[in-house]
Amino acid sequence: MVKSPEAEHPINAYGYAARDTSGTLSPLTFSRRATGDKDVRFKVLYCGICHSDLHFVKNEWGMTVYPVVPGHEIVGTVTEVGSKVEKFKVGDKVGVGCLVGSCSSCESCANDLENYCRKQILTYGSPCFDGTRTYGGYSDHMVADEHFVLRWPENLPLDTGAPLLCAGITTYSPLRYFGLDKPGVKVGVVGLGGLGHVAVKMAKAFGAEVTVFSTTPNKKQEALEGLKADHFIVSQDPEQMQSAASTLDGIIDTVSATHPIAPLLSVLKPHGKLVLVGIPEKPLELAAFSLIMGRKIVTGSAIGGLKETQEMLDFAAKHGVTADIEVIPIDYVNTAMDRILKSDVRYRFVIDVANSLKAP
Amino acid sequence: MGSLPETEHPVKALGYAARDISGVLSPINFSRRETGDEDVRFKVSYCGVCHSDLHSVKNEWSNAKYPVIPGHEIVGVVTEVGSKVKKVKVGDKVGVGCMVGSCHSCDQCASDQEQYCLKMVQTYNDATMTTYGGYSDHMVANEHFIISWPENLPLDGGAPLLCAGITVYSPMRYYGLDKPGMHVGVVGLGGLGHVAVKFLKALGVKVTVISTNPKKKEEAISNLGADLFLVSHEQAQMQGAVGTMDGIIDTVSADHPLVPLIGLLRPNGKLVLVGAPTKPHEIPAFPLLFGRKLVGGSLIGGIKETQEMIDFAAKHNITAAIELIPIDYINTAMERLAKADVRYRFVIDVANTLK
Repeated sequence: MVKSPEAEHPINAYGYAARDTSGTLSPLTFSRRATGDKDVRFKVLYCGICHSDLHFVKNEWGMTVYPVVPGHEIVGTVTEVGSKVEKFKVGDKVGVGCLVGSCSSCESCANDLENYCRKQILTYGSPCFDGTRTYGGYSDHMVADEHFVLRWPENLPLDTGAPLLCAGITTYSPLRYFGLDKPGVKVGVVGLGGLGHVAVKMAKAFGAEVTVFSTTPNKKQEALEGLKADHFIVSQDPEQMQSAASTLDGIIDTVSATHPIAPLLSVLKPHGKLVLVGIPEKPLELAAFSLIMGRKIVTGSAIGGLKETQEMLDFAAKHGVTADIEVIPIDYVNTAMDRILKSDVRYRFVIDVANSLKAP
Repeated sequence: MGSLPETEHPVKALGYAARDISGVLSPINFSRRETGDEDVRFKVSYCGVCHSDLHSVKNEWSNAKYPVIPGHEIVGVVTEVGSKVKKVKVGDKVGVGCMVGSCHSCDQCASDQEQYCLKMVQTYNDATMTTYGGYSDHMVANEHFIISWPENLPLDGGAPLLCAGITVYSPMRYYGLDKPGMHVGVVGLGGLGHVAVKFLKALGVKVTVISTNPKKKEEAISNLGADLFLVSHEQAQMQGAVGTMDGIIDTVSADHPLVPLIGLLRPNGKLVLVGAPTKPHEIPAFPLLFGRKLVGGSLIGGIKETQEMIDFAAKHNITAAIELIPIDYINTAMERLAKADVRYRFVIDVANTLK
């Protein structure tokens, strides 16, 4: 007999959940497991709203089981630790990103790449071994295995830092892995939204020369003055694109709307790399010649492992990289979702959970 | 005033050319430049027939400047060298591949990647200059683009390495698919594919050949030394190999789906395209992200790397499997090539048959 969310686990919890494909969120009482030996339990202070949350609550990826409590950019304060926990104590500030579990035995896990483990457990919406599903950070508290809890750097603000747990690592990881983290490297960022604006900040912190590609001409000022990008190109303007031909070492493409990649390939120098971190629904059209003539690469990257996520947070703290956010109370979340659809946010909503999520 | 092939240059030459999009080749009298200070002139012994020759003579890439004299897997014996030439002397065996010129001043040339130079000059049918390839009695080329031929490497079996060989060798090195114990797939068992198998085995790599033709299994495993063979449209076979390969060299220029190939890759795996279908591929982003897999291209190799590849081949006794033909067989050979009816490269015995 399937238990209700409230009865599945021994500890009461409450949050906001979507119950059907409308994606509309409303209060939900549910439950979480007791604090195991290796678990860290924490009160949620803030949770960033990632565009993935929106895809998920509307079941756009076909894997949603309702009710779903989203949220995977979660920061808070530790309230309890299991007897075998070594890295954290009560009162510590911590974060949890997109993963709360993995197999720990495959090659990816062994190489600190839990994000490529085929048995990874996502922070929300993922089946667990006990038959229940995970619930994310639009909730009063979280419990997670120590391995998947990040230590929050002292001087990193909680609210503007929360989005780094997904947007930050999603852009940091490929900049590192594909060698786009060297001073003077010429990097393009496609799309200036939650991921894109953080990509610009990360790349600038690495010393790169950054070109922003956008379909929205009026983002130019904020790109150049606000985010300190070096160049701004309207991607649908053939002349502007032509002027950038063969100039970039790499491109981080954050856009999930369907868009052509051929123009982006032409902006790459020989041996250049186009890294997709957004997930367009429709397949991309790719002419083999455009890769062969110039030995170019198209690839993808998905978040990062836990070790690298910690490294990213420490890097962000050191270099003052935070997200540009709009703090909202949790009952604004449906309006926020509507605004995200219209790209009407500069650039991430962050839910002030502790101050606005009230016990039922 | 346009100059005729026969009178453009001072030194007479003889070859086989295609004159229109039928692609049919026939004898042609033309001419080549004199031996400049840095030039090497050589009598052509053999020339491999590359599938690109077929694409070119039929104007399939819409860039044919007729008459087209193809051939970019050319080996021969030096007959004259310019006063500044140091690399070779008269009597030496040499080769010329797909390039005979580049700018020598850009980043690509500076890093020995002349093939990515925007001003790279192709051995035949170049876009900006008139160049004629190796289906001819002799060639003249700048010393920089001359490959020194190792003593123990057969001229006829080695000629195809100048295009097919470097085309598969270069990406093996660049994409790091050359470590002993790795597992690499080769898609397509033709001119490029069979040479890829040989190089990979010499590098100590485990090789799976992926083909649409089940009949090629025996030759893949027994003759070429491949470890495994998959028929690409057999779902069960492909499913069984999912997530097992570090990389794949895709040599196929016919239209084919990439998604099943991406599925064969392990996380961080690399699908390298060296064949170029005319229709664009369609790739979903999802499998690239969730596995950090890449699709990359590669185009022949620089001159330095081509020499390295030839020396490697000589050391490991790697040659192409060839069918030697007289030059007047060339049109039949082209027809057979279009039907993949060759094991695996035609090589023209130029010296003995071009009269």
